[in-house]
Amino acid sequence: MAQAVAASAHDAHDAHDPHATNTGVSNFKLGFWVFLASECLFFGTLISTYMVYKGTALEGPYPADLFDIIKTTISTTVLLFSSLAMVLALHYVHEARKNLAILWLFAVIAMGGTFLVMEYFSYIKYIGYGLTIGSSTFGSSYFVLTGTHKAHVAVGMIWMAILAWRLHKGKIPPSKSDQVEVAGLYWHFVDIIWIVIFTLVYLIP
Amino acid sequence: MSTATIEHAPAGHGAHTEPTGLWSWITTVDHKRIAIMYFLAATFFFFVGGVEALLIRIQLWNPEQAVFSAELYNQLFTMHGTTMVFLVAMPMAVAFFNYIVPLQIGARDVAFPRLNALSFWIFLFGGIYINLGWFIGAAPHASWVGYATLTSNAYSPGLNTDFWFIGLSIIGIASIAGGVNFITTIVNMRAPGMKMMRMPLFTWMTFVTSFLLITAIPVIAVALIFLGFDRTFGSVFFDPSMGGDPVLWQHLFWIFGHPEVYILILPSFGVISDIIPTFSKKPLFGYPIVVYAGILIGFIGWGVWSHHMFTTGLGPIADSFFVAATMIIAIPTGVKIFNWIATMWGGTIRFTTAMLFCIGLLAVFTVGGLSGIMHAAAPITLQQHDSYFVVAHFHYVIVGGAMMGLWAGLYYWFPKVTGRLLNETLGKWHFWTTMVGFNLTFFPMHFSGLYGMPRRIYTYSADLNVDLFNQLATIGAFIFGISALIMVWNLWHSARKGEKAGANPWEAATLEWSIPSPPHHYNFPELPVVRSREPLWNDGEREEVLAVTMLEPETEPVMPVPSYWPILLALSITVAWALVMTGIWWVIVLGILPVFFCTLMWAFEPAFPEGH
Repeated sequence: MAQAVAASAHDAHDAHDPHATNTGVSNFKLGFWVFLASECLFFGTLISTYMVYKGTALEGPYPADLFDIIKTTISTTVLLFSSLAMVLALHYVHEARKNLAILWLFAVIAMGGTFLVMEYFSYIKYIGYGLTIGSSTFGSSYFVLTGTHKAHVAVGMIWMAILAWRLHKGKIPPSKSDQVEVAGLYWHFVDIIWIVIFTLVYLIP
Repeated sequence: MSTATIEHAPAGHGAHTEPTGLWSWITTVDHKRIAIMYFLAATFFFFVGGVEALLIRIQLWNPEQAVFSAELYNQLFTMHGTTMVFLVAMPMAVAFFNYIVPLQIGARDVAFPRLNALSFWIFLFGGIYINLGWFIGAAPHASWVGYATLTSNAYSPGLNTDFWFIGLSIIGIASIAGGVNFITTIVNMRAPGMKMMRMPLFTWMTFVTSFLLITAIPVIAVALIFLGFDRTFGSVFFDPSMGGDPVLWQHLFWIFGHPEVYILILPSFGVISDIIPTFSKKPLFGYPIVVYAGILIGFIGWGVWSHHMFTTGLGPIADSFFVAATMIIAIPTGVKIFNWIATMWGGTIRFTTAMLFCIGLLAVFTVGGLSGIMHAAAPITLQQHDSYFVVAHFHYVIVGGAMMGLWAGLYYWFPKVTGRLLNETLGKWHFWTTMVGFNLTFFPMHFSGLYGMPRRIYTYSADLNVDLFNQLATIGAFIFGISALIMVWNLWHSARKGEKAGANPWEAATLEWSIPSPPHHYNFPELPVVRSREPLWNDGEREEVLAVTMLEPETEPVMPVPSYWPILLALSITVAWALVMTGIWWVIVLGILPVFFCTLMWAFEPAFPEGH
């Protein structure tokens, strides 16, 4: 029994291929999943802090004075649809149709950009009402939480742009689709975090 | 299988010999070299932190003494704690992870060799950075737990706390990267037949520790970010006058801080779980139970953090929960102790220095564990909190547990790393001076604590009647210091003139002993096939594993190529974080650009030679 297991493991795990793995999942992808687990705790702490500080602001403006559910819903929808574009981009990388893949990567970038621009204008509006990072516990926890998320979106957009460039140069054949898939994992993660933020920060009064 | 065959290294293959010289070490991605650098750096910081401890003990020799000012004393105990936890105990354990784990699972390197190098350089630069404050007289001074509001601009106006929060957040990156790397390595890179439940205990505990690293470090990272924003950009996270809650810092710190305790202790548990069977000539008693106990400690370790905060006033319900959780976590720990004892029971015990350190650990760690159980009771903690009793307790578990285990590992694996045995006579001197010095330093602190001597205060009143305990502790600390010098002399002496070790000087059972000492840079010419937990004790299998690993490789093993981007990226990250000190937003943004550039260059550089 043990020998049979060892033998089959040996087949799957070719000693001469440095990239063969026990699970069949590449190191890059597995490592990135682990990193995302770490990111969950990172955002979890930021979100928990926001929730702990909810209602503790000594001075206004307060959340109810500022949040515009309609506008935030629109920007959230745009961000969510960017995940669809990401899935399509990966699909076309698998199919070796690089121009369509590049097109959908640009769609990801465009939707992420729309989200950032809309959020930028709401930041401007909030600051106009007197909410700053130092004005209250609400200001501190809101800006650091959402700012960290926006930084993640921005990093994702740069990543997509680099992938598009490499696709254009023909450096990502279907056999190397992991590169796009991992970027996709990251992008979906950033989206999911926003769903949590949207629900906890904006929807719950 | 003669020794001569074992010592035979493949000759005439230029590509098989590793390059030498300083540049080859700076650009190395070899897990074994990175391990050696981790070890040397951690040993250096061990002496820095040790000198700080001795200065503390000099100041406390007599009551109402003023060898150092209160301010300098604050810096000394803050940096002693910070150094010993983040720059000694953790990286020393990581040195062992790096060297031993790939060898124990039959891999040629870790999953991400360049990320591994990055971890080391970030740790080194962060460690240096956090110590830079000494040179301008502004070392961190708000204790290693950095409680709000002591760290606010109002109470810490200088650069002291800036060095602390920036340095620690730099080092945190190294820990998360290390955790990702070792989880991936252990899940994905095991040799054929090396099933999870065949892995040596040290690899298992590395695995559990890595999960604690990737989950606990982000929490302290966010707490440090809040602190950084408070100090640099005027946010009010920990400002009570604006509704901020200083207790939030305590929660975030200890949500990280208690898993951190297990990050320090579990590697050591893994080390002695490998050593005790070797020197008892018996397989580990109850292998699966020891594995499950380690996993359970990791889990429960996440639910006990508020026992550091019983005096904060969280209320009876919260206190009761954490009292119960703290008592429960003693169970898997106790199970492990009994398993180690049962492994020795009826075995043929060889009292080598490594084994002595393991037995010493069992004794002193149990003392620390028992005072830990005392602290689990909230009412007793109210009495003991912030007294020297607590100082005695955590030194018994961290030094008596974590460090003792790592020293045992040092004597055990040194022959694998250098090809030479550490001198046993000097080793026994090291062990006994450690035992005497350590107990003489920390046992009296139980008494001075119960007499009411507070920790973190630069002096104490003569009325407390704790002079004798303090003087005993100071004498003990210097004996302990001498033991460290004996260790370093032994390392230096034996690395050059020690007795040749051969592949398996201890007749141990695990895979790392099947290859020559020191190993080839590709570790295994052919990946071994594993059929049991003790591959080298199983006779038929022993011949096969040795025969396989002594072969010259049929085809060139494909090894990752050296790279200078890890050190450059680490440097750029350190500089970028340091620029946060300026508080000028465009300087900070400019500082990120080199990080971005180095990341790109890293990403586009092939990790393996062309064609692979």
